[in-house]
Amino acid sequence: MTVAKRIIPCLDVDNGKVVKGKHFVELKEAGDPVELATRYRDEGADELVFLDITATVESRDTLYDVVKKVAEVLDIPFTVGGGIRSIEDAYKILRNGADKISINTMAVEKPEIVRELSKKYGAQCIVVAIDAKRTYRTSSGFEVYTHGARVARNIDALEWAKRVEELGAGEILLTSIDRDGTKEGYDLELTSLISSNVKIPVIASGGGGTPKHIYEALTFGKADAALAASIFHYREYTIREVKEYLKRMGVAVRL
Amino acid sequence: MELAVIDYGASNMFSLIASFNRANIHVKVVDESEGLGRYSAIILPGVGNFTSAVQKIEKLKNKILDSIVKGTFIFGICLGMQLLFGESEEGDGKGLGIFDGKVVRFPRTMKVPHMGWNLVKPKGYSLLLSNFRGEMWAYFAHSYYPKPSNDAIIKGTTCYGIEFASVVEEGNIFGTQFHPEKSGEFGRQVIRNFVEYVRR
Repeated sequence: MTVAKRIIPCLDVDNGKVVKGKHFVELKEAGDPVELATRYRDEGADELVFLDITATVESRDTLYDVVKKVAEVLDIPFTVGGGIRSIEDAYKILRNGADKISINTMAVEKPEIVRELSKKYGAQCIVVAIDAKRTYRTSSGFEVYTHGARVARNIDALEWAKRVEELGAGEILLTSIDRDGTKEGYDLELTSLISSNVKIPVIASGGGGTPKHIYEALTFGKADAALAASIFHYREYTIREVKEYLKRMGVAVRL
Repeated sequence: MELAVIDYGASNMFSLIASFNRANIHVKVVDESEGLGRYSAIILPGVGNFTSAVQKIEKLKNKILDSIVKGTFIFGICLGMQLLFGESEEGDGKGLGIFDGKVVRFPRTMKVPHMGWNLVKPKGYSLLLSNFRGEMWAYFAHSYYPKPSNDAIIKGTTCYGIEFASVVEEGNIFGTQFHPEKSGEFGRQVIRNFVEYVRR
């Protein structure tokens, strides 16, 4: 037996409230973080991800407060990301009770910080988020974007994934910018390319709209976990329904 | 009743403390300067590196061992469970040495850390797992695991490349390699079982 494939609902947090973005913009409000976190826990979520999507200086204190409130009630692991700009930011989030931090722009701009964080807190709590888009500028065909998918970096997503593994990342949260918010399914080519070339777990993200999409990401995409937001927020499917479907299809899940 | 959680610096104990608070148990974080006499149980939390944890608990070691001899309960979680043993392949230093055995690394063929949800299979009669018959999902995050010399203390096992001891118990001494504070409903019950046993 190895570890179960994980289903991870993602909650985009804007100033203390959960919202759902489409292509990282056009925000719609969806609810209270603590309430949603416990609902997902009870439905069988294996883990949760909170992304502070505004990540302004003013919203930081609100975020620490949300992290603390969530940690008080939640007894499954959770990751917090968005706008982490320094080791100090990372430490504050972990100290307030998050199990893992997810970094994106900071990792691209100061890669050594990944190594430093990993040494200090252990690889198990360092997630590097990679936002990738299909372009013709890099050799794998997938390019890394930062700043909430707004800034193209001219960095090859595959090379970057290998590099962050080397730097001590414990996991990669891989989002397809092209698919995010579309519900057309994960970018399986991107997911399997990255998953087959690193030894650390890869969380597929962007485009999950049905249980079948999640099944595809975990099998053809070779992902260790699948992240989804709106299909769970708007109760199109419950996490349990997705997991029961995966189990019927022969995927090892925690049920 | 009050429980003591041993503070060894680096580890994030917030969730662990919250999980006991949810079971209506007051938990006090203690460091090397304090006595342990008034606590019903001692919790050894579990994140970090064996050697640095051993250094951090050095000054508390004798106090912990004295309390255990007097019947205080102890619950080691993850690295805290490994500290119940004498030595670890992770680094130098002596653990508490309450249990005979060694802490070893997973086979090279397996991805480490062993991180995520895996199954715990009860073995024999266990207080921590007393309400469970079949296998239960628990959350793990570790690269090393303890190999007890005495099989009788093993009360639950998990498979990851090899089958290893994920629950140990003997008398007033308990340990889980998984994180009960992160293992959902199953973990909640394990914590309740421990608390209820201490209370009796």
